[in-house]
Amino acid sequence: MFASLPGVLFDGVAYGSLLFLMSIGLSVTMGLMRFINLAHGAFAMLGGYVCVVGMARLGVPFLLMLPLAFIAAAAAGAVLERTLYRRLYRRSPLDQVLFSLGLTLMSVAGATYVWGSGQQPVHLPGFLLGQVRVLGVDVGVYRLFLVALVGAITAALVLLVRRTRFGARIRASVDDAQASAGLGINVTRVFSVTFTLGSGLAGLGGALAIDVLGLDPTFPLKYLVYFLLVVVVGGAGSIAGTLAASLLLGVFDVSGKYYVPAVGAFVIYGLMLVLLLLFPGGLRRGAR
Amino acid sequence: MSAAPAVALPDARWRPAEVAFWLAAVAAIFVFPGHLVLGSQVLITGLFALSLDLILGYAGIVSLGHAAMFGAGAYTAGLLAKHGWGEPLSGLLAAAAVGAVIAWATSFIAVRGEDLTRLMVTLGIGLMLYEAANQAASVTGGVDGLSDMAVRDLLGLFPFDLAGRTAYVYSLAVLFAVFLVCRRIVRSPFGLSLRGIRDGARRMPAIGSPVRRRLIAVYTVAGAIAGVAGALLAQTTQFVGLEVLGFSRSADLLIMLVLGGAGWLYGGLVGAALFMIAQSQLSSINPVYWQFWLGLLLVAMVFAARGGVVGAAAAARERLLRRAAR
Amino acid sequence: MNLVKTIAAVAALLFAQGARAEGTIKVGLVAEFSGPFAGYGKQIHNGIKAYMKQHGDTVAGKKVELVLKDTTGPSPEIAKRLAQDLITHDKVDFIAGFGLTPNALAVAPLATQAKTPMIIMNAASSIITTKSPYVARFSMTLPQVTEPIALWGAKNGVKRVFTIVSDYAPGLDAENAFVKSFSSQGGEVVGSVRVPLRNPDFAPFVQRAKDAKPDAVFIFVPAGEQGIAFVKAFTERGLRQAGIKLIGPGDVVDDDVLEAMGDPTLGIITTHHYSAAHDSPENAAFRKAYAEANGEGTRPNFMAVAGYDGIAAIYEVAKKLDGKIDADRAMEVIKGLKLNSPRGPIRIDPETRDIVQTVYVRRVERVKGGLYNVEFDKFPDVKDPGKPAN
Repeated sequence: MFASLPGVLFDGVAYGSLLFLMSIGLSVTMGLMRFINLAHGAFAMLGGYVCVVGMARLGVPFLLMLPLAFIAAAAAGAVLERTLYRRLYRRSPLDQVLFSLGLTLMSVAGATYVWGSGQQPVHLPGFLLGQVRVLGVDVGVYRLFLVALVGAITAALVLLVRRTRFGARIRASVDDAQASAGLGINVTRVFSVTFTLGSGLAGLGGALAIDVLGLDPTFPLKYLVYFLLVVVVGGAGSIAGTLAASLLLGVFDVSGKYYVPAVGAFVIYGLMLVLLLLFPGGLRRGAR
Repeated sequence: MSAAPAVALPDARWRPAEVAFWLAAVAAIFVFPGHLVLGSQVLITGLFALSLDLILGYAGIVSLGHAAMFGAGAYTAGLLAKHGWGEPLSGLLAAAAVGAVIAWATSFIAVRGEDLTRLMVTLGIGLMLYEAANQAASVTGGVDGLSDMAVRDLLGLFPFDLAGRTAYVYSLAVLFAVFLVCRRIVRSPFGLSLRGIRDGARRMPAIGSPVRRRLIAVYTVAGAIAGVAGALLAQTTQFVGLEVLGFSRSADLLIMLVLGGAGWLYGGLVGAALFMIAQSQLSSINPVYWQFWLGLLLVAMVFAARGGVVGAAAAARERLLRRAAR
Repeated sequence: MNLVKTIAAVAALLFAQGARAEGTIKVGLVAEFSGPFAGYGKQIHNGIKAYMKQHGDTVAGKKVELVLKDTTGPSPEIAKRLAQDLITHDKVDFIAGFGLTPNALAVAPLATQAKTPMIIMNAASSIITTKSPYVARFSMTLPQVTEPIALWGAKNGVKRVFTIVSDYAPGLDAENAFVKSFSSQGGEVVGSVRVPLRNPDFAPFVQRAKDAKPDAVFIFVPAGEQGIAFVKAFTERGLRQAGIKLIGPGDVVDDDVLEAMGDPTLGIITTHHYSAAHDSPENAAFRKAYAEANGEGTRPNFMAVAGYDGIAAIYEVAKKLDGKIDADRAMEVIKGLKLNSPRGPIRIDPETRDIVQTVYVRRVERVKGGLYNVEFDKFPDVKDPGKPAN
């Protein structure tokens, strides 16, 4: 049984990487604007459908569609933030929940209307299929690609946040938006750019996820729980926390399904409850 | 009332609009005899919404997992009826107890933390209970549902008929009884303290109000009521499906309550009626349109109509009164 | 013929009663037309439309009228309410459809209470027909179509099997039926997993199957979306290259989605009661009528053929009872009814009111026209083995 452990762990890390990519935008939005955005999954779904349409209708190769999916979702995020989200930052959590739930329903209905309620297939390029043997373990090529890509993006994000001025502005705004505004930081612009970036990353994640998680109009609702889980457990606004939570949840979910499939689905919720009890503010803030 | 109380408790008299509401509900038995099945399901959902109103509208807890108590109550009544105890009223009491216990047990993690944490916890508990019921398929019937319920005649006299009349009267009676209790609660000092917690929980300890205890108490009561609603559904349909514990039941309920207006007690009832009637009419035309327009309505409501239907009606009434007073 | 019709019409007018519109036979179709199971209701309805295109919409002098009601998914309380509406408002003569078991189970007691014949056109759990003497099924039961694959496998060199099923009642039905049958033939079940119904990722389960090194993996997931996800994982993990076969009941290679699933499905061996590639004059006529009624290039699946046969049975009842539908007499006609269905010969067992049919062993192959389940062996006259022993 333990001979399979490295394989299972790798699968868990791959799944977790995908979760991270899709959830990091939500985490920063919640940490920065304190906005509960249940519609985050809709941006991921948009990225997925853009990718499918681009490949099927326009014949664009998969790898080229990835940045396009990012751009499409980012553009949608930018527009929605400026027109709608911006007006709700100071509203009650209930209002935010309702608004984003409404947006989600509209996106699900829209996707059903345009593409029908079935699964969208995606045909990956040949060089991303199959398995390779790495250090004695059979790993899927596509999952290896996922982990590598997400790793690179994470490194880029960390660089952005730690080493650039813009990153410093983000960190300041997360810590205290009012004080930052008082220091002359254009907090509105920081919000806008981060929301755009977060939505774009979600769209990229959605496109990458088609092969692993599937794509259909109910995607935003199906995976909403996982995104929220990651953000709440990892602590909103923290890259390190979100990454840790994603990997943890990914590994536990996959291992749970592999080793104890009878309770596989429970493992992830049980883990969430335990972590929330121990760390009410999320992993980042540590135990109270 | 003898001496005027030192603190002005909300007026306990019945407004004409309230009386009209309940009379209309009774009249429906005669005016819409062919729609009583839908009617009883509207009443049951209204009862469920009432229980959410207590914790959301009055205590400010946003829950996405309220179906957990509803489903627990439904399965309780269902299992009792299936295994020989078919008496309806005692089934309701058992369901209330189970709903209360589950609410109480989970209240410790559900009421603490910030809004997002509470949302996640309630959501997670709901999902876990759903999975548990699915796993325990030998007991609950899993996805196939619990059937073969032998619910006995109500009060030994009234069998549950095909047209749904007994079900409707039963649901209406239970709803009214519970409503009276809730009305009493929210107009009491306890109810006022809940509103204080909703509006500013940090300040409450300063006036000596035990926040956590109050929240746990109201959460438990709401759980009991949700359990009763679930049991009603099980008994009147003689069936318990797994989706009584599902996420969409919790989410739809939240939408209904907000549509009608949280914090008025009637908001849940009005919202449930509007939502379910609209849904049964519109989704037979085209279900995709229903979902889209519902989403659009929610977005529009957040920007325009704060307070839902009842809230808007109350605001309109205020304006009319003010104009009349000039 | 004309004289008979005129007499029937006059008689109908003379005996007109209440709200029931004499001159029509109303069939209430309760199924899923929206949501994740929208494909079920659509195929059933399409199959019915094909029959009515072929045979016209009148029988025994009366017009057959369909009343559609959408359950939106596994929602027993909605299904029950819709059935109640159909019975009390629309005064239907038959209730039919039922893509999902929980919906059928909730409505069955109504069939008894209202004395209305209930025709099951998809739901596949064995117990449904035991819930009311007015229920008859024209689709299949899972044990019925699963047992043959166990028998076939045991006879064809499959000795070690790893089973993967969705964790809900039909999945457990399939697992039980397969394990019982396969073990009785001397086969060894080397491992079993039950996958959560709303499962995003099959990879860990497929990996576990691969690690157990079986001859074949037995799979059951609900027809449609999950099949796609599963076959993808199966291919990606290299099980096919390792020489592991994929077997199971035909749900995983449902005709409705087979083409979309693509080449990874080639070589999958399943047992089922209907393949769109079935070679018979009845099926050729069915496919032609189906395309005419629903659009060129559309393909029927097993749910459509159940809809087709279900409405055919209703027409038979109407003909034999001369348009006067009485529930008990209708059930008498249905019990023992034999039809030459597009799937092959079928009959309704008079004792259980369940369907008895031929189950075919098929392999996915690319033939002109696309990917199809090509039949190469069969088990005739299979009854439902899932009924409790009396």
